Amino acid sequence: MFRNQYDNDVTVWSPQGRLHQLEYAMEAVKQGSAAVGIKSKTHAVLAALKRAPSELSSHQKKILAIDDHVGVSIAGLTADARSLSNFMRSECLNSRYAYDTPLPVSRLVAMLGSKSQIPTQRYGRRPFGVGLLVAGYDSMGPHIYQTCPSANYYDCKAMAIGARSQSARTYLERKLEEFPENSLNDLVKHALRSLRDTLPSEIELTTKNCSLGIVGKDQNFTIYDDDGVTDYLAMIEGEERAHPPPADEPAEAMEAQDDDTPAAGPADPTVGGPEVMDS
Amino acid sequence: MEAGMSCLTNPPPFWKNGPQPGGIYNFPNSSATHSNTSESQRSAYPIVTGTSVLGLKFNGGVVIAADMLGSYGSLARFRNISRLSKINDSTVIGCGGDYADFQFLSSVIEQRVIDEECLNDGFGFTPKSMFSWLTRVLYNRRSKFNPLWNVYVVAGYQDEQPFLGYVDKIGVAYEAPAISSGFGSHIALPILREEMEKNTNMNENEAIALVQRCMKLLYYRDARSLNKYQYAVITKTGAAIHGPVVPETNWEIAHLIQGYE
Amino acid sequence: MSSIGTGYDLSASQFSPDGRVFQVEYAQKAVENSGTAIGIRGKDGVVFGVEKLVTSKLYEVGANKRLFNIDRHIGAATAGLLADSRHLVEISREEASNYRSTYGASIPLKYLVDRVSMYVHAHTLYSSVRPFGVGMILGAHSAEGPELYLIDPSGVAWGYHGCAAGKAKQNAKTEIEKLKVKDMTIKELVKEVAKIIYVVHDEVKDKAFELELSWVGEITGGKHELVPKDIFVEAEKYAKEALEESDESDEEEL
Repeated sequence: MFRNQYDNDVTVWSPQGRLHQLEYAMEAVKQGSAAVGIKSKTHAVLAALKRAPSELSSHQKKILAIDDHVGVSIAGLTADARSLSNFMRSECLNSRYAYDTPLPVSRLVAMLGSKSQIPTQRYGRRPFGVGLLVAGYDSMGPHIYQTCPSANYYDCKAMAIGARSQSARTYLERKLEEFPENSLNDLVKHALRSLRDTLPSEIELTTKNCSLGIVGKDQNFTIYDDDGVTDYLAMIEGEERAHPPPADEPAEAMEAQDDDTPAAGPADPTVGGPEVMDS
Repeated sequence: MEAGMSCLTNPPPFWKNGPQPGGIYNFPNSSATHSNTSESQRSAYPIVTGTSVLGLKFNGGVVIAADMLGSYGSLARFRNISRLSKINDSTVIGCGGDYADFQFLSSVIEQRVIDEECLNDGFGFTPKSMFSWLTRVLYNRRSKFNPLWNVYVVAGYQDEQPFLGYVDKIGVAYEAPAISSGFGSHIALPILREEMEKNTNMNENEAIALVQRCMKLLYYRDARSLNKYQYAVITKTGAAIHGPVVPETNWEIAHLIQGYE
Repeated sequence: MSSIGTGYDLSASQFSPDGRVFQVEYAQKAVENSGTAIGIRGKDGVVFGVEKLVTSKLYEVGANKRLFNIDRHIGAATAGLLADSRHLVEISREEASNYRSTYGASIPLKYLVDRVSMYVHAHTLYSSVRPFGVGMILGAHSAEGPELYLIDPSGVAWGYHGCAAGKAKQNAKTEIEKLKVKDMTIKELVKEVAKIIYVVHDEVKDKAFELELSWVGEITGGKHELVPKDIFVEAEKYAKEALEESDESDEEEL
């Protein structure tokens, strides 16, 4: 299990100029179930796959509301996500209190980035083990941002994170040109289709395992669960599913895996650098 | 302050180096024990002051005006200071009251504007956010019994609408179509309101003329005013501060006023 | 003496037997893994250029800029970890703000660089923090003329006529040396900066990249800003044409 002497602490650079602890934290995001975010010129949509950690448990929330104009979908350590969303909520409230103005999404994400950077450079506190997709709407229009444990964040046209999310990203990249002009319904369809592509072929999206978050022009951030997604799921029901390219991540059992079940072991630490680096 | 006064408001402890009544969770000699807070005095009056600020909405914008006098008591000490400050192309603030407090807050605002310019993300102060922020700051300071001794009039244009708001040193804040602070509330505001009732759809030139008339009137009636003022107009196309304007005055009837020698 | 496996390279607070602090060197390595950033000081200002590598089509154009405003009159370009860069930018802005609040004037670049490099250096002294994985180029144009500095992960900061950080810093420096930068205006330099970024970009290893250009000088009124769209387009066109020409002449040689 012990791989090299440079991966124990976030305060230690490897001879290649990499931070293994950060790369491992990035792995935690891939352990969470998948989440997708897309935006058009008027709306931003989140879609996420919920898991039930045990037979006795219900499916766990994957999309959280932050403010009337922002919501997030999480992948990774749920507890870390809660603490981050708590921070985001308080920053949003602060902006409304002090400036009587909703906090611009770009600034909210930048604040989160600044907060996350500290535990990537100092001893004593591990980095956050969660990735977020932030969907928001402000006077600059709709936004989708991806945030990482490495304290990097990305302004995205569309994005998917979490387990087997590569299949979803493949779908999104293929359809990228369509999104800006899409109607809200078409946008939701794309989100659901790409989310479905992360599932093994024997598993379907259901009202139980699927959650949607929508925000946009004249629409406050709203979460749709259970019966709320029935109509949306019906829109893509019966469509032939894309045969996902051979999964680059193991098709772990989609149910019965807690978000924070420890990883079987991080991927080979000699790969996977680029996302930690800015390039 | 006097010792007698402080006995009433802040009585001495019953005993020393022991638990305080109501403070049983503090252990003796720990840093958390109540220390005898030494008395201090906060600003109880302004020093160099500006007088009224006038603000008036019209169809498609706002005009605000303030004269350029900094009074030291009844002495006309500084005769060329600006009490209007342009924040950006959609926001101007005008200030009455203590001029040093205004300069202090102006430098805070200036730094905030620079910070937002540096971000270059398309967001900046709007009239509404400026007004809200000023209200928070002034109310906060008054709640600490350390007020910034000012009245602020925020004028701007946002969401295709003119904006005009008032905040004072105790955090009282309101929006109105015509606003005045200080002596102007007694002298100019009734006139502004009356004219607005007569002409509900005032245009830019009419509004400027009305405010100019009121500024002149204030110079005749307000002993802390000066016949040199600036005015700012904020519309869809931007914000500009004009002036200094030095109006013609007529004192021919002055000799008829008697009994104040 | 080699570093790996000796145990002397695990902490910034530890020297190796031959007197090196390997953790700082490794941090410098992190800077060299990133897209290239350059700064050139001409006769009437400073121009910055960044090769921003784009790793996914899903990212918005213009996202994650590596050119920053520190104050109205100071610009910065960074190479290395972006999150670290942003942290350092925040520190720099705070310094600029504190200076203004104390002295009521804009911070001189030399003073800012001193302060920020001290902060960077402080991160090379203790085991409880890691050194910054950032090379930060700072520039301004004051009454005394243009100024340009580069702060290294070690906390060292020198003044330059032209400097580079990141992957292709050696190539970029060679390219800069070909220019007579002292005699050039930033209007001329902006094209050359664009060209250098295009020339040093490694098309085989890193596919997509975005060019970023900013400047500060006489013609911007001493204000640091992104190069205006029309001039940017012109500079990028010049860079691409120059690259094609050199490709053609390469082929002829073959």
